[in-house]
Amino acid sequence: MEEQEAQQKDMASKAHADVHADEEDAAREGESYKLRIFRGDAEGGREVEYEIPAVEGMVVLDAILYIQAHQAGDLAVRWNCKAAHCGSCSAEINGKPKLLCKARVEEYGGQDIRVHPMRAFPVIKDLVSDVSWNYEVARSTIPFTTDEQAPFEMYEEDVERLYEPKKCIECFMCQDVCHVLRTHQKHEEFAGPRFFVRNQWLEMHPKDTERRVEYLKEGRGGIGYCNITKCCTEVCPAGIHITDNSIIPLKERVADEYYDPAKWLMRKIRGRRSPKTGQIIGRNGNRNGG
Amino acid sequence: MERNGNTNGARHGHEVLEHDILIIGAGGAGLRAAIAATQRGLSVGVVTKSLLGKAHTVMAEGGVAAALGNVDSEDGWQTHFMDTLKAGKFLNNWRMAELFAKEAPDRVYELEQWGALFNRTPEGKISQRPFGAHTYTRLCHVGDRTGLEMIRTLQERTLATEAKVYMETSVTKLFQNDEGRVVGALAYTREAGKFIHFKAKAVIVATGGWGRIYKVTSNSWEGTGDGVVLAYNAGAELVDMEMVQFHPTGMVWPPGVRGLLVTEGVRGEGGFLRNSDGERFMENYDAERMELSSRDVVARANYTEVTEGRGSEHGGVFLDITHLGYNGIMKKLPTMYEQFLKLADIDISKEPMEVFPTIHYTMGGIKVDPETCATNVPGLYAAGEVGGGLHGANRLGGNSLSDLLVFGRRAGEGAAEYVKGNGYSAEIESSVVEDEKKRVVHPLERQDGDENPFHLQQELQEAMMEHANLMRNEDSLKEGLGKILAIKDRLPNVKVHGSTLFNPGWHASQDIHNLVQVSEIIVRAALERTERRGAQWRLDYDGPDDELGKINFIVKRDQQGEAGIEKREIPPMPDHLSRLFDDGDDKHGGEQGGKESQF
Ligand SMILES: Cc1cc2nc3c(=O)[nH]c(=O)nc-3n(C[C@H](O)[C@H](O)[C@H](O)COP(=O)(O)OP(=O)(O)OC[C@H]3O[C@@H](n4cnc5c(N)ncnc54)[C@H](O)[C@@H]3O)c2cc1C
Ligand code: SF4
Ligand code: SF4
Ligand code: FES
Repeated sequence: MEEQEAQQKDMASKAHADVHADEEDAAREGESYKLRIFRGDAEGGREVEYEIPAVEGMVVLDAILYIQAHQAGDLAVRWNCKAAHCGSCSAEINGKPKLLCKARVEEYGGQDIRVHPMRAFPVIKDLVSDVSWNYEVARSTIPFTTDEQAPFEMYEEDVERLYEPKKCIECFMCQDVCHVLRTHQKHEEFAGPRFFVRNQWLEMHPKDTERRVEYLKEGRGGIGYCNITKCCTEVCPAGIHITDNSIIPLKERVADEYYDPAKWLMRKIRGRRSPKTGQIIGRNGNRNGG
Repeated sequence: MERNGNTNGARHGHEVLEHDILIIGAGGAGLRAAIAATQRGLSVGVVTKSLLGKAHTVMAEGGVAAALGNVDSEDGWQTHFMDTLKAGKFLNNWRMAELFAKEAPDRVYELEQWGALFNRTPEGKISQRPFGAHTYTRLCHVGDRTGLEMIRTLQERTLATEAKVYMETSVTKLFQNDEGRVVGALAYTREAGKFIHFKAKAVIVATGGWGRIYKVTSNSWEGTGDGVVLAYNAGAELVDMEMVQFHPTGMVWPPGVRGLLVTEGVRGEGGFLRNSDGERFMENYDAERMELSSRDVVARANYTEVTEGRGSEHGGVFLDITHLGYNGIMKKLPTMYEQFLKLADIDISKEPMEVFPTIHYTMGGIKVDPETCATNVPGLYAAGEVGGGLHGANRLGGNSLSDLLVFGRRAGEGAAEYVKGNGYSAEIESSVVEDEKKRVVHPLERQDGDENPFHLQQELQEAMMEHANLMRNEDSLKEGLGKILAIKDRLPNVKVHGSTLFNPGWHASQDIHNLVQVSEIIVRAALERTERRGAQWRLDYDGPDDELGKINFIVKRDQQGEAGIEKREIPPMPDHLSRLFDDGDDKHGGEQGGKESQF
């Protein structure tokens, strides 16, 4: 204790001191948490119970990193930002996909906390699953394409609805929970909700000139497999209304334009009108003098 | 699967892969470099320790600084240039700052061209927000998730090229041929611990910073300084290593979130700082710019308020944005709202936040040629946070994201140019590869040894926190150096358990070498700069020292393998730049800046 006090004195603030120098406020005297964590790999594994000292406000990721530093150095987990911004730490707590850095231990109020890797993807080890398939789908997506030169003239009202799908942190939890992937394993024919979200902004971007209905319908998209169960929307940590705002509008678009390409052409032309002036913004027509 | 395998390192095989250019790092700098190099038709490999899209760049919130003049039409590259030098206390490489300020607008428009979406002005242009010590409203942004927009755009663009991305793969050593040219690297896959010998004609280091040498940091596990140490070990010169940025506002409570960043965007949108007496204390430190003073000033102010006893319950000061109201906050700072509500049970539309300085950014880094990002080692290039020179003694908010774009592109093109005329052999002695593999698996396969890499890292972080914090003095720095060297002596005893299959303990046993080496360099450089300048604040000296203001400290590995430090004079600024500062006022039109633009 003396040593801790000395350390606290040297630091300007307890905000820079060792957490345990701050014992009274932070670590809860004598209290501990128990977690059951999947330990294993592609060949199988089992749950192992760990007990760790309780610290106020602790998230499940804190608990796991504590175990890693003190009890099991080879416990595999992914993380980066610790602030729900990067989408690295996705795993399943009690069978539900969660960001480990956002799941407060207290929220489970003494119930069991059982942590497993995402199950729609092959397990690599412990809490880490092989999500590389998602990056293959990303590569197959038809990228943003335009025949105009930036800077673009676009108004808040043109692009407002695109901010939502752009918030995706690529945690892949929507992919994990979608039965088309999780149960039916349609990884070859179905892009999954994360990529419908991406296709949504691509399709709705006022300057984009690509046509994606074929990709969405019969290419890797496979949007027809989705039967709008909304499970994806429920787990999205970015609060994206995946079903209502991404999937349904894309399905409508596919229904409309797949059989009537003229509609696509019309939309692409109309899309280029400035809502402010009503004028069509042509090639380089958006230059505002720098 | 092998558990506790005690094969010796040589028995681990390795794969050989070849690219014209190997890029280490998939943050903004690495990806922008990859796009530039593939545009030249070269074969490019990008390696990253994490998954694609998870580098620090994704966490950037506030914005990207570029003098577009969309909100303040008076803005232009000249003012951006001057702001950057003033904030950097003129230690900056002025040529880098010039190129940077001139090219940043084009690089931002290029992102828009590739599908990035920024908030808009009423005139339908990219919107900008004010930020600390930027004279004009200059940060292009989308809410408080600008870095996410930027990295997604770059990663999607990269995936549309031929570049190969090796995710969750860590580089441990650069290989050099007989002439000393960098011709490849050794890496291991985190997933399986498989070794890869990358052969390349040039290597670009874009590995970001080293915030993890401190305990209270906004950086992720990745920020261990691998790239700067890889380059240093290959003979590269490092510059301004003493300069570490403490961001004024990190979270302080609960303990698990300590150090997480509270974006400067909060102050940009009008957030106030108050002490426990309710006083808006920035009046006493910079009455003119108040909360939007430069980061070094605000960080020291927050620190001083707390040391003098006017801190909050958990040792911070208060940052208040309640006046924006719930709707305003949800529009401008939704990520911050969510972060405080979910992790700290604080509703920032009703209550102030508690904040304290957190280690955020490293201004120092690998010294590069401004035009091409070449280092002094042939075949080795560097860009992004790992590079040094642009920011001098203090970085302005938003200047990092545009740094990544401007110099990422320049590094890609510089390396491509070098590769074009390069017929050097990428062959090296096979024993070099075998020795390196052996070194890397040693902590796992040895029978003896009792040091835990996680605990060594923690000790190091505590020592840096205590002795190389934002206020420094000789005695404490020396004591810190002693602690670092003592940890260095213990490194040969690191032992980890388990297999090579995704084993964080084993990975940590690699990182710890870099963490210790870069800490030692920082403390040694901090002992040399005996003055107060920007982020280097020596309590045992009264103020800036004019003579030291004319030099950079260059660190280079000497013949004995020790960190040699050299004072190097900053060359005088050419007339067309120095004249800008004579004019007295900063009103340089956007018109002239606009002319540089190709868009
Ligand atoms: C929370 C936060 C908020 C920020 N906000 C802003 C802001 O608003 N504006 C601004 O301008 N700046 C901001 N910054 C700073 C800015 O984000 C970073 O400086 C910048 O993103 C660094 O980019 P980079 O490309 O140099 O490196 P990083 O994005 O850090 O990427 C480094 C890459 O190198 C890889 N790597 C590292 N070592 C190895 C190795 N040994 N082998 C293989 N790969 C390796 C990593 O895996 C990663 O892919 C912020 C930083 C943080 C942490
Ligand atoms: S709504 Fe569609 S995409 Fe979402 S989980 Fe259900 S089936 Fe899958
Ligand atoms: S859409 Fe939501 S759930 Fe799906 S990957 Fe993106 S952030 Fe995660
Ligand atoms: S660590 Fe980034 S989302 Fe959890």
